[in-house]
Amino acid sequence: MFNLFQRRTPLGWLQLSHQKGKLLVALSGIAFADVLIFMQMGFQDALYDSSVRSHQILNADAVIFSPQALNFGNLATIPRRRLLQAQDVVGVESAHPMYINNVVWRNPQTRKETAIRVIGFEPDFLAINLPDVKEHLDRTKLPDTYLFDKNSRGTYGEAIKKINAGEKVTTEVDRKTITLAGTFSIGSSFGTDGHLITSDQNFLRLFPRRPAQNVSLGMLKLSPGADADRVVAQLRQHLPNDTLVMTKTEFIEFEKGYWQRNTSIGFIFSIGVFMGIIVGIVVVYQVLSTDVNAHMAEYATFKAMGYGNGFLLAVIFEEALILAMLGFVPGMAGALGLYTLARNGTGLPIFMTVTRAATVLMMTIVLCLISGTIATRKLQSADPADIF
Amino acid sequence: MNSVIAIEKLNHYFGTGQLRKQVLSGIDLTIDRGEIILMTGPSGSGKTTLLTLMGALRSGQEGRLQILGEELRGANDRKRMMVRRQIGYIFQAHNLHGSLTALQNVRMGLEVHPQFSVTEMKARSAQMLEQVGLADRINYYPSDLSGGQKQRVAIARALVSRPKIILADEPTAALDSKSGREVVELMQKLAKDQGCTILMVTHDNRILDIADRIVHMEDGHLQPQAPSPQAPSPETHPPEIRKMR
Repeated sequence: MFNLFQRRTPLGWLQLSHQKGKLLVALSGIAFADVLIFMQMGFQDALYDSSVRSHQILNADAVIFSPQALNFGNLATIPRRRLLQAQDVVGVESAHPMYINNVVWRNPQTRKETAIRVIGFEPDFLAINLPDVKEHLDRTKLPDTYLFDKNSRGTYGEAIKKINAGEKVTTEVDRKTITLAGTFSIGSSFGTDGHLITSDQNFLRLFPRRPAQNVSLGMLKLSPGADADRVVAQLRQHLPNDTLVMTKTEFIEFEKGYWQRNTSIGFIFSIGVFMGIIVGIVVVYQVLSTDVNAHMAEYATFKAMGYGNGFLLAVIFEEALILAMLGFVPGMAGALGLYTLARNGTGLPIFMTVTRAATVLMMTIVLCLISGTIATRKLQSADPADIF
Repeated sequence: MNSVIAIEKLNHYFGTGQLRKQVLSGIDLTIDRGEIILMTGPSGSGKTTLLTLMGALRSGQEGRLQILGEELRGANDRKRMMVRRQIGYIFQAHNLHGSLTALQNVRMGLEVHPQFSVTEMKARSAQMLEQVGLADRINYYPSDLSGGQKQRVAIARALVSRPKIILADEPTAALDSKSGREVVELMQKLAKDQGCTILMVTHDNRILDIADRIVHMEDGHLQPQAPSPQAPSPETHPPEIRKMR
């Protein structure tokens, strides 16, 4: 088999490389399609990943929350005594409340109103497991003092510099003045532009109409060695059905599931990927069919010389595969560049993964083969009897 | 068996039903090994159809059509493909592949034959190009060669696998008289060396003298004795007209 391959003149490659200009156009077309597909897939995954960034750093083994919850920004509330009840169950070591609310605040730098998510919890318990939060958490014990998410989407650069330099930075939420005393980093998601962290006391002061006994999320720490699934099962039996109990992993899936089911994001991005594939197929088909037409006389000559249809098909598929492989490289490079751009511009966690690169490479090969198959239909009409 | 081409009572039709038109009727032609046959005749007389039938590019419809001992009446694609591998074709246009060098083009004539190794194919192709006088042009692309040089590459491609039959359709039509003459003499010499049979369709009166035998085609009928080269028949179009086709 290898011998056969070595023996063969690489006609497809020679045909493609003989016309460098055309090859470049073809490759940029495929690269464009690949970039399109990469961006759609990247944004889709980034949406799902960004929406669970705050879940992943939650310092909890299990959570309880209201069955009316939609997503992390709209969790509704449960009575605080459910947390005490939860501690009756063997395996639950401690339970801690978390308050979450989306508000409109004034950007401390531009003084323009914009949306942000406020998270409040007991400052003695590190509910958000980040080194920066751990370091500055004590400051939130001061009245109206908050920590600010430095990866928030928006113009905050100078404000962040001032906060980190230890200067007093104040702004307004609901006609209350608050002080930003430190930074941490979570980043924006499709649900929110950024985060503020404070103590439960400060949170309740900011929202005076919200009673302390209505908590958004109960965070449960389990005893070392406890089986999370078993404890969660017991909690479900023990707690009344105004409460949902989930392990941390289930909670992450719950959030992703919300965005998948209740928004058309998945559908929109799938259409985007589909469009990318169509663009790719059309470009490659154009290149290959032009090439077949241009070489019709040569192909007919080869047939006259005793070459079969299989030989000519192999030439076209060779071209298709070469285009796929070579077009993928600049496509991947372009996608990496745009990912960096998008990450810096939006704060979304958009990264290249090996799985996605492999998926897109496979898609590229398949789409080139599909185009090749369409282009080869003309080959059958290369009739050696016509060239005499 | 001495005859490489044996044709008896060959009829051929184009079209079906009302439009069915007979292009060849009652052709009888036997060609022996090593013979050089020229075929003349006006355009539309069926020469090219006969050539494509002999070249296994079409299947025969009626009558006996035996090429190299294979009956090609109603032959399938695969059988015709195998017969074609033993035939060398030279076309009016050179039909070289523009993306391949002269050497690679000639090599394509060998690649259909599995018995040659890579080194053998290279050596034979280079040798063949040397024989047609293009030793210093083997790595040139067709676009960098003159018309006569291209036709000589095409001849090298047709002859490199030492075919038993060469079929040529007006190989000199696109060439000036000097290179036309050279090309035909080259074919004649190489064919004699390899002992292969040549059947050439031509209008070029200047090359009729190389033939062992000349046949004339008229309205689908083959006349064994063509008009003598010294007095060309009035029906024969001059080469210029064919060129414009």
